Amino acid sequence: MRWLAWHRLWAMLVKEFVQMRRDRVTFAMMLGVPLIQLVLFGFAINNDPKKLPAALVTTSEDQFTRAIVTALENTGYYRFTHILISAEKADLLIDNGTVSFVVTIPSDFARRVMTEERPQILIEADATDPSVASGAISTLSTVSANALRRELAATAGAGAVAGGGAALEAVVHRRYNPEGVTQFNIVPGLLGVILQMTMVMMTAMALTREVERGTMENLLALPATPLEIMLGKVLPFLVVGAGQVVVVLVAARVLFGVPMAGDMRLLLAGILIFVLALIFLGYTFSTLARTQMQAMQLSFFFFLPSILLSGFAFPFRGMPGWAQAIGEALPLTHFLRLVRGVMLKGADLHTVSSQIAALIGFAVLFAALALIRFRRTLD
Amino acid sequence: MDPVIAVEGLTKRYGQRTVVDHVSLTVEKGEIAGFLGPNGSGKTTTIRMMCGLLTPDEGRGTVLGRDVIRQAREIKREVGYMTQRFSFYEDLTIEENLAFVARLYRLRPMRAHVQRTLEELGLSHRRRDLAGTLSGGWKQRLALAACVMHEPKLLLLDEPTAGVDPKARREFWDEIHRLAARGITVLVSTHYMDEAERCHRINYISRGRLLATGTVAEIIARSGLASWIVEGAPAAIDAAIERLHGAPGVEQATPFGLTLHVVGRDGEALARSVRRVAAELGLSARPAETTLEDVFIHLMGEENSRDREAA
Ligand SMILES: Nc1ncnc2c1ncn2[C@@H]1O[C@H](COP(=O)(O)OP(=O)(O)OP(=O)(O)O)[C@@H](O)[C@H]1O
Ligand SMILES: [Mg+2]
Repeated sequence: MRWLAWHRLWAMLVKEFVQMRRDRVTFAMMLGVPLIQLVLFGFAINNDPKKLPAALVTTSEDQFTRAIVTALENTGYYRFTHILISAEKADLLIDNGTVSFVVTIPSDFARRVMTEERPQILIEADATDPSVASGAISTLSTVSANALRRELAATAGAGAVAGGGAALEAVVHRRYNPEGVTQFNIVPGLLGVILQMTMVMMTAMALTREVERGTMENLLALPATPLEIMLGKVLPFLVVGAGQVVVVLVAARVLFGVPMAGDMRLLLAGILIFVLALIFLGYTFSTLARTQMQAMQLSFFFFLPSILLSGFAFPFRGMPGWAQAIGEALPLTHFLRLVRGVMLKGADLHTVSSQIAALIGFAVLFAALALIRFRRTLD
Repeated sequence: MDPVIAVEGLTKRYGQRTVVDHVSLTVEKGEIAGFLGPNGSGKTTTIRMMCGLLTPDEGRGTVLGRDVIRQAREIKREVGYMTQRFSFYEDLTIEENLAFVARLYRLRPMRAHVQRTLEELGLSHRRRDLAGTLSGGWKQRLALAACVMHEPKLLLLDEPTAGVDPKARREFWDEIHRLAARGITVLVSTHYMDEAERCHRINYISRGRLLATGTVAEIIARSGLASWIVEGAPAAIDAAIERLHGAPGVEQATPFGLTLHVVGRDGEALARSVRRVAAELGLSARPAETTLEDVFIHLMGEENSRDREAA
């Protein structure tokens, strides 16, 4: 073929792999960055809410209150450091961060339990760091309801008031961050972010490095075609990307116990398309930038909105319309939906087909842009 | 037979500046054509246009029978271009660089080609050294070897011997002559006069314009310059430079060790001035052959004075 001959592509690939292997620092970074990021971000996840300080606001010291307090402490999430009678004091404690939770048991609690009038407890959580609060909150209502049921059964005889316990209403106020992203969201999201950062940046420097070192003049004088040069530069990063994916997926499973609800093959296919889109994007940057510094800047310029507007940092649907519109134009947004859908919700191909289609669209668009932008001459 | 290079009116502009200004050039098969001119005169730019690395703003022509504008890709395949700045991969070994080229051109068997090139270069024992660790001169030799590996019909060498020691330079030129004897055409840019004299024909470019072309003898003859050599005591030579400066007929007076080379277009006036100054200072003077260097310096001087008149 005129635009793609295997022997020339092979020549490019061998050269690129050797250069990649020889560039120890970059190579180490490419595999080290995912690990470091995982450990850093993962630490926050691992730091799963154990023994968080809590304040109890209550006026009565009856058996039900004690039962709930004990049950909550038994979950391991709560450690009651303050038993108070004033809600204002509790407010102060949560405001200045002394406690993460305020559990309020109203004064009429015991009466309501006995008269089956929907007893309520109020839990206010400091959700500034949602990953800290979410575990504690998720166990809350079942734990306290069970405790209450047991306590009632003990007082009034088995089976007598089972319905009364079930009617317990735990009112949860997440303070400061009403959305409350769950922890499992983060590791799959991290996969996307790590790939986004390393893949785009590395390929963005691929061509500019040749230009800066003056080897571009020679490369252009040799018979390699633009397509061969692009594939030669881009495919090695596919291998690197694969390495990163393995690292992150294994870590997600082993270190953080993230479930794999859906089809692994579907997930890998999605990842492959995403990585292709990223490396073509990086290569496009490479044709735009004159220096490696510019290439880096372009990558960062793209990286920031990707992190902020893709739904990684903030819940996507919680953003204003214009931000969502920008988010839709970012590959990471679609990838996050796909990877969370497949890993956490067990989505099938049909469910994520629009995400797959969007990612394929990005890959084709970026590849075309890169080829159009490639300068065949030194002009 | 058609010339290997036949370009006409090649022009390249960067913004307002015309860097190459309507250069027309012909190089016949098997010829070693020298390309000379001061720094920034447009040699590299012209060579790049001829091998398809730059698109000319004006002009047309053929290289190896192919159109320089429409068939740049075919030209690249059949030309060996050695860039002015070393542009092989410093982070690849010598062997890997050669293998890269061999694979790109599909030279089979690849190992044998690389092996032979290494042996011819005399670099077999350093094959696993990174190209970046080679000295300047060895880098140039590696680059030449790499760009003749695919047996091109035309070699475009951009200052291949810059920074190379005299012995290696001579070997380099012996090699160029061997290649030419095999029918390969060579266009080589250089700043060295001895190298220019080893070319079959010379093209002199200045400020983007081709000012002179022909064999060394033709260029010297056509310049119409006369030369004298003045010899004597060092102090007297220094005094002679001062007195000859601005004397009728004298255009250049350049000391070479204990001799003084005096050049001018008006032979009669020059002879009178030189004889007078020599007599005054007790120096001996005799007519001499005009050298290529005299001609080039003269051409550069003419350019400058034309500019001054224009300003
Ligand atoms: N990309 C460019 N943009 C702007 N000006 C350029 C560019 N490339 C070359 N020039 C200018 O064109 C002129 C000719 O450059 P060129 O490299 O062809 O000269 P040269 O004869 O090869 O010089 P040297 O002997 O120093 O190698 C120079 O003045 C240079 O500054
Ligand atoms: Mg040059």
